[in-house]
Amino acid sequence: MALNISPLSVSRANALSDAKTEIKNLNLYYGKFQALTDINLPIYANKITAIIGPSGCGKSTLLRSFNRMNDLIPSCRTEGEILLDGSTILGRGVDVVDVRRRVGMVFQRPNPFPKSIYDNVAYGPRLYGIRDRRELDQIVEKSLHQAALWDEVKDKLQQSGTALSGGQQQRLCIARALAVEPEVILMDEPASALDPISSLKIEELMQDIVKEFTIIIVTHNMQQAARVSDFTAMMMIDDKHSGRLIEFDDTQRIFTNPKDKRTEDYVTGRFG
Amino acid sequence: MTIRKNFEIEIQELKDEVLILGSMVEQAVLNSVTCLKNYDLEGAQKVVDGDQEINRIRFELENRVMILIATQQPMAKDLRLLASFLEIISELERMGDYAKGISIIHLRMGQQPHLKPLIDIPVMAEKGANMLHLALAAFVNEDEESARKLPQLDDEVDDLYLKIYRELMTFVISDPKNIERANWFLWVAHNLERFADRVTNICERTIFVATGQNSEKYSEMKDS
Repeated sequence: MALNISPLSVSRANALSDAKTEIKNLNLYYGKFQALTDINLPIYANKITAIIGPSGCGKSTLLRSFNRMNDLIPSCRTEGEILLDGSTILGRGVDVVDVRRRVGMVFQRPNPFPKSIYDNVAYGPRLYGIRDRRELDQIVEKSLHQAALWDEVKDKLQQSGTALSGGQQQRLCIARALAVEPEVILMDEPASALDPISSLKIEELMQDIVKEFTIIIVTHNMQQAARVSDFTAMMMIDDKHSGRLIEFDDTQRIFTNPKDKRTEDYVTGRFG
Repeated sequence: MTIRKNFEIEIQELKDEVLILGSMVEQAVLNSVTCLKNYDLEGAQKVVDGDQEINRIRFELENRVMILIATQQPMAKDLRLLASFLEIISELERMGDYAKGISIIHLRMGQQPHLKPLIDIPVMAEKGANMLHLALAAFVNEDEESARKLPQLDDEVDDLYLKIYRELMTFVISDPKNIERANWFLWVAHNLERFADRVTNICERTIFVATGQNSEKYSEMKDS
């Protein structure tokens, strides 16, 4: 099954620099079950790429491939290439901890540590050896600013992160991810557990921080994907229940005039 | 069974309503010219008054489309279709205004005798009404092929307009007293020519719904 890349996206892609990270001919297995088949997907720098598709089509599995989070599942095995700035992140010689610093992740449910707001954000930098208090202060403030949370928490940095509202907790988790200065941020339905206003705040901050980072987001919310992303990848399962990428294009194109009938049916709510 | 059954029912109802609005506009333009031909001032007044109902339905349909966009968050073809509904009902309202405009000219002319028996003007009206009928059928059936062919009929309407224009000029040249009446009929013919032009806009929207491509080729050809 050939990937459907239109001339529009190719021409736009050519205008961009090379892919920041790229998946080539990826096959992923959980034991004998093939969860992903023949995935090819470029992710462009300083752009937001949304991955959409019905439940169980492998979106989150694909997302977790970008920083080798699937390694944590013992039976998981991958074939193919995953490149970050042109270098492979697969293989034994690769420093996985460094890959995960460069490619951070924000999860569906906010999961702050049971520590102060300050310590939540400073956790990663400390782990990477930064001890200087002034430097940590700067990192914490900058990260909270980037996550659009600073004004709300600047006077209570020693308060527990778990005492914040759900939306604030999620922005705290984003600040925590940003604090180690990643290059790519993976977001797995980051707003699905939040109220609409908090969701919009997350979307706004995504659009603010993408100037400095590259973002990949998995979402079930079509309107969210349409609002925030530059590119959209549409996935589906095949007859063997393996996830495949069926279309990748400019987001505007995917939501106004997709090429693949299955994408059309999905984005118009005809199945899913 | 489709997942979005209620949404599809709403879309179908909107298509039915657009066909009804279209038939009112067709009838209005045919009536305006028939009344003109038959010196029927009472009928002309009815066409003028009837335009209010066309306007009312236009706003009602516009509101329904806006509610569907707000509540159903349409994407892809659904989005193109609803956007096209907005444009087409606006086109129909303007076409209704052309029919009303013909009747207003008629009311101003009163019972003054025509310069000549009306032959080509009723033909223009019939061709325009027929084009509208076919264009709306193509739209509701998302029939791209018909929508591409239909604008060619507009050439026949344009030819008739030129013929009428030349005829009226000969009346003006032969006797300046004919200027006012010739001018009135020129406006009638102009309204009918614009009426048919707007049918081509509806056809362009149909092609857009079916393909996602804006098709301005015919308009560009006509403009050049």
